[in-house]
Amino acid sequence: MSADPTQVLAFETDCHIFDGCGFPGPGLHSFLFEPLWGEPGTTSAYFNKPMLLALLGSIIIVGFFWAAFGKPKMVPGKLQMVAEAGYDFVRRGIVYETLGKKEGEKYVPFMVSLFFFVWILNVWSIIPVAQFPVTSIIAYPAILALMVYCVWMSVTFKRHGFVGGLKNLTGYDKSLGGVLPLIMVIEFFSNVLVRPFTHAVRLFANMFAGHTLLLLFTIASWYLLNGIGIAYAGVSFVMVIVMTAFELFIQAVQAYVFVLLACSFIQGALAEHH
Amino acid sequence: MVLAAEEMENPLIPPIPELVIGLIAFVIVFGFLAKKLLPNINKVLDERREAIEGGIEKAEAAQTEAQSVLEQYKAQLAEARHEAARLRQDALEQGTALKEELRAEGQRQREEIIAAGHAQIAADRKAASQALRQDVGKLATDLAGKLVGESLEDHARQSRTIDRFLSELEEKAEAAR
Repeated sequence: MSADPTQVLAFETDCHIFDGCGFPGPGLHSFLFEPLWGEPGTTSAYFNKPMLLALLGSIIIVGFFWAAFGKPKMVPGKLQMVAEAGYDFVRRGIVYETLGKKEGEKYVPFMVSLFFFVWILNVWSIIPVAQFPVTSIIAYPAILALMVYCVWMSVTFKRHGFVGGLKNLTGYDKSLGGVLPLIMVIEFFSNVLVRPFTHAVRLFANMFAGHTLLLLFTIASWYLLNGIGIAYAGVSFVMVIVMTAFELFIQAVQAYVFVLLACSFIQGALAEHH
Repeated sequence: MVLAAEEMENPLIPPIPELVIGLIAFVIVFGFLAKKLLPNINKVLDERREAIEGGIEKAEAAQTEAQSVLEQYKAQLAEARHEAARLRQDALEQGTALKEELRAEGQRQREEIIAAGHAQIAADRKAASQALRQDVGKLATDLAGKLVGESLEDHARQSRTIDRFLSELEEKAEAAR
């Protein structure tokens, strides 16, 4: 085992099964990176691989859309067609579906950016060499969820005023009678406190788990390459491929869910209270 | 290093630098897409939709315009025909008037010529009757002289006798008529 747990990667240990070493299973240390620059810590300035991937992801998205929409044509080329399909998917498939065309129009750029940003950060998971979903570090989903939270909270109070906004957040409904205070407490807790947390954690946990699974099977494929273990290594490797394909699916789904939830929060904020 | 790594082990506590980078990365994407690229494509999508949906409307508009132009041409053609007919009518009238005028002129000239002819004839007759009178007088005088045997010519007074005689002849001729 390496002295520094942050550096254990599947291919970095030469020890196989029956060689008298334990299985170097994935864990929290798999999500910690030696900084490329600076000292690690919660507050000190540093720069590591996920940060690099996040910025690279931004550049790729901007580059892609710049190439596709920089000089758009009436009759689209192949690249523009693909980009338009993606754009239209988020615009029509998510924003217009939940918010309607009239209300949703001004949130389209935000949601499109959000979708493609989250997606590329997820997809890094299966890009060779990168092979790490940036969203499996809580900071990235957290900052995005915080932005969404700020947006829909400000929409709530702008639309309904302070009292109306509070009513909207607490699900105020006179017809509930006696249980109303209880409902209001639960609703307030659920909407104001839990919602942004689950919003971030849903994405984070999915990516975290996906990456852990991929690591598990990858490391196992390598670790089992000895004696009878080779047969199991084959099975494990098949699982790596299956899980990679599955992750590809999950990455898109999680990006979709993240944006869909963001839209539904805004929809709730825009809705008239009872 | 290990200590620092252990500090970070709670995966639900976001480190500030990662939050900052995440924010920056997202703002880059949002900035470019919202300010430049999506407005770009929206414009083109609108144009395309108009091109498709507007195509039918444009065709209809073109047809309507063609129809109206055709109507206009027809109206103009009718007007031109009308104009032509009017001009022809005018020309005909003018021609008739001209013909009438010419005819009147011809008539007038003819009458003038006839009048001139009449005057000429009258003058000629007068001259002829003058000459005839003289000749007849002379012949009568000569004859009378021969008959009488003496020349009466020299006697100026005798001319009155001749004139009287001739006047009598004329009177007789008038009375006989």
